[in-house]
Amino acid sequence: MEKIWVILGMAVVTYIPRMLPLAVLAKVGIPAGFVRWLSFVPVAVLAALLAPELLLENGRPFLTAENYALLAAIPCFAVAAKTRNLLLTVAVGIAAAILLQAL
Amino acid sequence: MQSQVPVLSPREEFRHGVGKAVPIMLGYVALAIAYGVLAREAGLTLWETMAMSTFVYAGASQFIATGMFAAAMDPWTIIATTFLVNLRHILMSASLVRYVRKLRFFDLALLGTGITDETFALNSTEYAQRQRHHFFMYGTNLASYLAWNTGSLIGALSGTIVPGLDRLPLDFALPAMFISLLVVQVKDRLLLGTALIAGALSITGAMLVEGNWNIILATILAASIATGWERWKRSGSS
Repeated sequence: MEKIWVILGMAVVTYIPRMLPLAVLAKVGIPAGFVRWLSFVPVAVLAALLAPELLLENGRPFLTAENYALLAAIPCFAVAAKTRNLLLTVAVGIAAAILLQAL
Repeated sequence: MQSQVPVLSPREEFRHGVGKAVPIMLGYVALAIAYGVLAREAGLTLWETMAMSTFVYAGASQFIATGMFAAAMDPWTIIATTFLVNLRHILMSASLVRYVRKLRFFDLALLGTGITDETFALNSTEYAQRQRHHFFMYGTNLASYLAWNTGSLIGALSGTIVPGLDRLPLDFALPAMFISLLVVQVKDRLLLGTALIAGALSITGAMLVEGNWNIILATILAASIATGWERWKRSGSS
């Protein structure tokens, strides 16, 4: 099969989960309990994405001084908690990562 | 926390959306350059490399598919893997419904194309804080999409056009943004508990099972535990 057809197939199966809930649930209405459940999704997704990225490497715990992502995350958490400023947090994070890489 | 700010025009909302997406754009350009370089090295043509960014537009799955193309794997295996890796967007899409339910089908279908981990995190945080026109979401989505495709093009044309850029850890913009959005969203103990449980489950899942299942499983379980705990507390106190 030509690669371009595989890519278009990938596009279709990626688009459906993105679009279907928006298009369907907006029309049929959602039960209150499910709405409440969904309200926990953003925090849960964020934590579920972030935790392995900071604490694992190739599916194994990565808790040494070589884990730059984890070290750079510490000032990020501090700045985010203190300022709640997205851009500042990102700037501090990148600066910390550059610094750690240079050391 | 709905602030009493005067309503902005759609055009201003769009511009605000683009402005808020700057951290995403930084991270996407950096990551997409890496993707473009890798995809060309894996034997994809310029057009194939760009088609993936334009039509699939999903970072992790593009890296995975690139590796699978390089290993000449079965087309259906590549498509099925892509589906599983990107299935988590179903939860994000469902979670955004409450903010856009009055929109036409056309807008919903178009806004759906732009859902990624990063745009979802940003949009759900913004919409939770104040009422927004959907042009805000168009702004964040379009800016992020263009950044991803621009980075892919730079990388695909040549990884050496911008010497050294690929060695700067600009991709740390994305975890840093996640940290900031998470801190803003964790407003009470229940949400803190939800985040801790989701993080712990996700790590456990990532160590035990192959693929990206840990994210979906951890999200579903943590949200269910939080909902159940809240209901149990309420029934106990009444």
